[in-house]
Parts: sequence; C-alpha cells; structure tokens
Amino acid sequence: MLFKNHGIIERNSMILLVGILLVVSIGGIVQIAPLFRIEQTIEKVDGVRPYTPLELAGRGVYIREGCYTCHSQMIRPLRDEIERYGHYSLAAESMYDHPFQWGSKRTGPDLARVGGRYSDAWHVQHLINPRSVVPESIMPPYAFLEGREIGIKDVVDKHIVAQTRVGVPYTQADIDNAKTDLMAQADPNADSEGLQSRYGGKVTVRDFDGDPSKVTEMDALVAYLQVLGTMVDFKTYEPMKAENLR
Amino acid sequence: MSYEQLSAFAQTSGMIYFMAIFAAVCLYVFWPSNRAKFDKAARMPLENEDIDHVR
Amino acid sequence: MEPTLLKSKALPRFDIIFTCGVAFLVALWAIFATSHAEDVGMTVHGWIFLGAAIMAALGLVFTAHGTALQNDPSTYSDGVIRFGVIASTFWGIVGMLVGVVIASQLAYPDMLYFKDFGFLNFGRLRPLHTSAVIFAFGGNVLLATSFYVVQRTCRARLFGGMLPWFVFWGYQLFIVLAATGYLLGVTSGQEYAEPTWHVDLWLTVVWVAYLLVFLGTLWKRKEPHIYVANWFYLAFIVTIAMLHVVNNLAVPTSAFATTSYPLFGGVQNALTQWWYGHNAVGFFLTAGFLAIMYYFIPKQVNRPVYSYQLSIVHFWALIFIYIWAGPHHLHYTALPQWAQTLGMTFSIILWMPSWGGMINGLMTLSGAWDKLRTDPVLRMFVASLAFYGMSTFEGPVMSVRAVNSLSHYTDWTIGHVHSGALGWVGMVSFGALYALTPWLWKRERLYSLKLVEMHFWLSTIGILFYISSMWVSGIQQGLMWRSYNEFGFLTYSFVETVKAMHLPYIVRAIGGLLYLIGTCIMAYNLWRTIDGAVAKKEPLTLANPNLVPAE
Repeated sequence: MLFKNHGIIERNSMILLVGILLVVSIGGIVQIAPLFRIEQTIEKVDGVRPYTPLELAGRGVYIREGCYTCHSQMIRPLRDEIERYGHYSLAAESMYDHPFQWGSKRTGPDLARVGGRYSDAWHVQHLINPRSVVPESIMPPYAFLEGREIGIKDVVDKHIVAQTRVGVPYTQADIDNAKTDLMAQADPNADSEGLQSRYGGKVTVRDFDGDPSKVTEMDALVAYLQVLGTMVDFKTYEPMKAENLR
Repeated sequence: MSYEQLSAFAQTSGMIYFMAIFAAVCLYVFWPSNRAKFDKAARMPLENEDIDHVR
Repeated sequence: MEPTLLKSKALPRFDIIFTCGVAFLVALWAIFATSHAEDVGMTVHGWIFLGAAIMAALGLVFTAHGTALQNDPSTYSDGVIRFGVIASTFWGIVGMLVGVVIASQLAYPDMLYFKDFGFLNFGRLRPLHTSAVIFAFGGNVLLATSFYVVQRTCRARLFGGMLPWFVFWGYQLFIVLAATGYLLGVTSGQEYAEPTWHVDLWLTVVWVAYLLVFLGTLWKRKEPHIYVANWFYLAFIVTIAMLHVVNNLAVPTSAFATTSYPLFGGVQNALTQWWYGHNAVGFFLTAGFLAIMYYFIPKQVNRPVYSYQLSIVHFWALIFIYIWAGPHHLHYTALPQWAQTLGMTFSIILWMPSWGGMINGLMTLSGAWDKLRTDPVLRMFVASLAFYGMSTFEGPVMSVRAVNSLSHYTDWTIGHVHSGALGWVGMVSFGALYALTPWLWKRERLYSLKLVEMHFWLSTIGILFYISSMWVSGIQQGLMWRSYNEFGFLTYSFVETVKAMHLPYIVRAIGGLLYLIGTCIMAYNLWRTIDGAVAKKEPLTLANPNLVPAE
C-alpha cells in the first residue's frame, strides 16, 4: 500500500545510492589502505615506548581540556620550526598516540618537544596562572588541576587494557601493576624499580606538582608534558637511511 | 604486498577509476535521448503549486 | 480524504514499535549508566538519556489520542519541518554566541576564566562552538530543508510515519549530549568528531533512521526521475554515515565510562581524521547546502536551474574529488609525501566542480537579475554563492604545499573556514529559513523585508571584518614565525607573535558580534512572521515569489 507503484526497493534510488557509495568509498580506500601497511613506513627509531600510567592519565587531562585546540604536536621539517622547536617530528613518535594530537592551530606554541625544556615548577606555575610567567600569554588558567585527584586513578588498568585492544604493546605486567605504577611515578620515595623495569630507566620519577601529600591531575599533566618529544634517541637515528627516506 | 607496491597500485588504479567514472557520467549527461528528461527534471521544483497537498 | 487511520491500523506500525523499542533500550541502559557510572560525564549523560526516554514515552502517550500519529498520505508532513526551522534558528544563535565568547577570550584572556573550574575555558568552549554551528545549526537546517525538498520533488509524504519525528528529536538529543559533554570535558580529542563513543552510537541510530526516511520517501515518489537536489542530500547522508562510523571506531574503557581510545593511532589516525574532517566540510557543509541551493534558488527566482546537465556532472565530480582531498591538512607532517601530494592535487582539481556549482546557481538568475534589487532573500542566496566561490578558490590555493607552509597553524585557516561557514553555509541557510517560514506557516510574506535587508548587511560586513582580520593576523603570524634577523637568528619569540594578534582578534570578535546580531534580527523577523504580523509602513510590493504564477 505504501509502495503502490514501485517495488519495496525502487530501482533508480538504489542505483544512485550504490553509485554514491562506490565513488566515495573506493576513493577513500585507495588513498587510505596503503597506510595500513604503515609499519613499513614508520622510521626505525629507538626509544619510543607506550606511556606510563601517570603520563597516560596526564594525556587524558590534555585531551579533556582541549589543549589540542591551541597547541600542535607536529614539528614540520622547515628551518624556522626546527630552530624554534627542535628536530622535526617523526611518525614513530606518535605511533602509540590514540588519538593523535598533532593539532591544526598554533594559538600557542608547538608542544611536540616541550619535554625537558622547562622545570616542573615552571609548568605548575604556568598552568596555575599563565600570565604570571608569560605576561602576554592568552592561555586560560588551569589552577583547578592543582589538588584535584586523578579521576582515573582507580581504573587506570582498564585504560591500559583498552590501549592494548587498539594495538599499544603493553604487557600483562603493565596492566597488573598499573595502579601502583601510577602512584609510584609521582612519589620520589616510592619503590620505582618495577616502574623503571617496565618502562625503561629514562622514566622520570618526581613529585611533579611539588605537593607530596597526594598525586594530582597537575602531577599527571606535567609528567605528560615532560615526556613529550624526549623518547627518541636521536644519536642512533639516521635520517638518510633508505628506510627513513619516504 | 609491500608498501611501495600497494601505494603504486593505489595511485594508478585510482587514476583509471576516476577517468572511467568521469567518462561514464559525461556519456550519461550528453546522451541525446536524455536531453528531454533533464529539461523536464529541471522544472520539477517549480511545478508543485499546491504546497500543502500531495499532487 | 481516505480513512487513513483505519488503513494504518491494518498495518503494524513499525515506526511506533521501533521508537518504543529504542526508548526502552535507551532507558534500560541509562538506568545502569547512572548507577554504575565511572565518571561524572557518564552520570550526567545517563540522566539525560533517561529523561529523553521518559519524555519520548510521555510524548507517545499524549499524541496517541490525537491526530499526530495519523499518517495521511495525501498531505505533506510539515510539522517536523516547522520544528526544524525553529531549532535551526535557536542553535544558530547559541553556536554563534559561543563563537563570539571564545573570540573575545582570545582578545581579552581574562574574560570568563575562573580559577576553580574549567567549564568555560577556550579548550572546552571551542568544540562547543564548532559543533553547535556545524552540527546543531547546519544539521538542523539540513534536516528541515531535506524533509521539505524531498517531499515536494517526490510529491510524496515523508516515509515512516513518526520516524521523521524520531530523527528530529533524536538529533536534538545528540546535540544536548555532545554539548553537555564538552562543558564537562567529555571529548574524544579528535577535531570536529569530539562526541564520545556512546554519543556516536546514538547518532548512528538516528542517522540510519534518517537515511531510511529519506530513501523511503524517494521510493514512494510519483516522478520517474529523482531531482538533483535529492542526489546531493543522499550523498550527504550516506557519506556522513560512512565517515562517522569509520573515524569514530574506538574501544571504550568500560561500558559505563565516557573515555575510549580510537582504533587508529598516530599517522593512520591523522589520515582517517582528516579524511573525515575534510569530508565533513565536503559532504555536510557543501553537498548538503548545494542541495538547498538547487531547490531554493530556482524556487526563489521562479526559473529552472541554469543547466541540469552541469548539475549532474558537477555532482559526480564533486563527490569523487572531495573524498581524496583530506591529506592537504597534513602537509609537511609525518604522513608519507605521496599522500600529501595526492591530497594537494585533488584539492586543486576540486576548484572546477566547486565553481561549476557556483556558476550553475548564479546563472539561474540570468534574465532575472532585476529581482536582486527588490528581493533581499534572493540577495542572501547570491551573496552565499559569491562567498562559496571565494572560499572554494582560496581552499585550493591554501592546499598548495608552499602556501600551506605559511598558512598552516595560523589564523588564515580560521578565516578561510569562516568565509565558507559564515558566507556560504550561513547565508544560504538564512535564505532557506526566510523562504521556508512563510511557506510552512502559510503566511503571505515575511514580517519585514527591511529587517532582512538589515540582516544581509550586518552579516556581510561582519564576515568582511572577520576574514580580513584573519588574513592580517594569519599572514602576519606566519611571516613572523619564519623571520630571521641579520645575524641569522629567529627575530621573534613565539609570545611576541601572540601579542601582535591582539588587534586583529578584537576586530574578529566585532565581526562575529555583527553576524550574531544579524541572526538575532532574523530570529525576531521569523517569529513575527510566524505570529502572522506584517510590518506597517512596508508596502506589499514583494509578495512571496511562491505565489507568483508560473510562466
């Protein structure tokens, strides 16, 4: 009754539908599919590792606050960018980034290699009141991170499980120890041997926010900022090697 | 298939695919017997004077 | 009139069963979500879902007695479109208001910043602004116009009984969930795809229903040929579905947490994200609004479109080429260079079909240019095409690697987006809303054409303020970043370039404010029109073109 003059599925509209699908999906597949053999396109570098639980929590804060709307994490191979920010970004450096945070706008500076550039205390002060350290800054204050406990601290193992499901190579030990690792990294007095055996000796263990009484979102965010761009060992990276020239 | 082969194949086949689609669309559009159909179709928005009722 | 109520009783009403089923499942999940939520965002969203399910149930009960559930095939289903017009206007004002707020925050950084919480920080408001104007305002305009156009050009009532109502209210629920989420810091962290996994799932359900309503109406049509505007609408609906599903594939950390991790990471994530992001522009903001152009401009000038053949060629060319252009967002990044070059090449080719559409729209006026003098609504449409032509020329230019090395990461991109968004999408939407309101509420004409004219000038001047200030700040900042002094050192520190942006940011905020005021004037005009008023003093020189007899 609804389809008096036509079959249930009318021919012309379906030809149109299929035509549109063929045009838009094959076009996309042809362009995107090769990238899924990406393991061959990513440079061979040493040092890139999954984020520690504290860094991952800090990354969560970074995403939650929409930092990517003003800060990029992708240094282009242009002279001024390399001099301003450091070595251009390699694909390998963001291979464990789900989601990627390359960004598209620099209302503030690029952060791909901000790790180690400033002290923890500078970051904390800057986040609490950006204009107290950079008077011309137009960044909003993030003072509320100070003293606020990390929201995901009791479920961080679930986050690591989800990360393994999307292909980040965490081990079972990483999952089992996630909660203790998260707390240990922000406490210089804690036993961090396990943390460093799992994530490497370069992992920094500090009281990032200067408040030893608890582990806060400020600790997490500063820990994340301080690791950005510091993982790759550029002493062993050979940019002119054939596999890196794509 | 290696990454190079895959991307070379993707680029070539993409170009052929694009030209084939474009040729097909041009054929459809400029096929003489379709002319009247298109002229009629172009008037479709102007022909429903009764804006409340179907027909 | 046929006894349709009896007829519809004979059939099982799948639309009602479907809506009840969805409301029930949503309520069930929401109860668990509120009690087991692992974060505040999920608690709030659980309550919103629950409230929506209860309101849906109440709505069903109260309309069951009346005529609302009747499905008389001899009339068009226009109630949902009237709601769409109101919702578009409302969300337009909200989205643009948030835009003015964040523009002012960049000029005056202490505005609305609170030490103790981050709800109103730029980072949370910016996704609210982009989603509100693109998906809430633009999306509602597309819903309303597509429902109007598909019925008129198919000469058939919307398919699916109350399914269009489900689509409309389901979409408003999606907007409320996304918006509250952003304020609470619930985001997926992917630009223009910020809603989190459970909101994405809900949108998928709504979108499938939308596709079904649209396709079903096409199936019922009484003309053998499908009018070209519907091709554009269909391409918009289908492609957005594909982009949305692929780009938002993610693994949630728990069934009752808002957090999730996207399936793709690093380079793959970048490519799929900009494949999505650029085609949200291509299919949401271009194809969908071209459909509006292909119905409303011929209607407004009472002439058939300039070349129907051109419309078909540019349709296929546009959808084919757009889908490849995404990588121009990733020039000089870690994306392999062949993909960047491919994206740039297709972006440049894209100029042709884009201008094909613009020329087709403008030439529809040939022989009727005099109407521009007397009809400010038509002027809105023509200005939108001019901005469309401008931004689809600027886009290919900016996709060239050498230009992009300067423009990328700067305000030039922001200006470009807004010449398309305010100029093209905004003005073609205003034109459609001005045209639809008298038709839908059966008014002889708009309340006031003078107010339309005022709106036209406010928005045009607002856009000019906006894009010229962004050209200045974008190009200036790009040049300052790469400037070297005579000793071979970088001349400017980053913060010096921020300082230099202050004046352009003020001008931009003023431009946005003018545009917002224009939209508020439109809202007033539409409200008075719906109310049945006609401005005194204004002669009835310009009757609704719809009432002019066809040649």
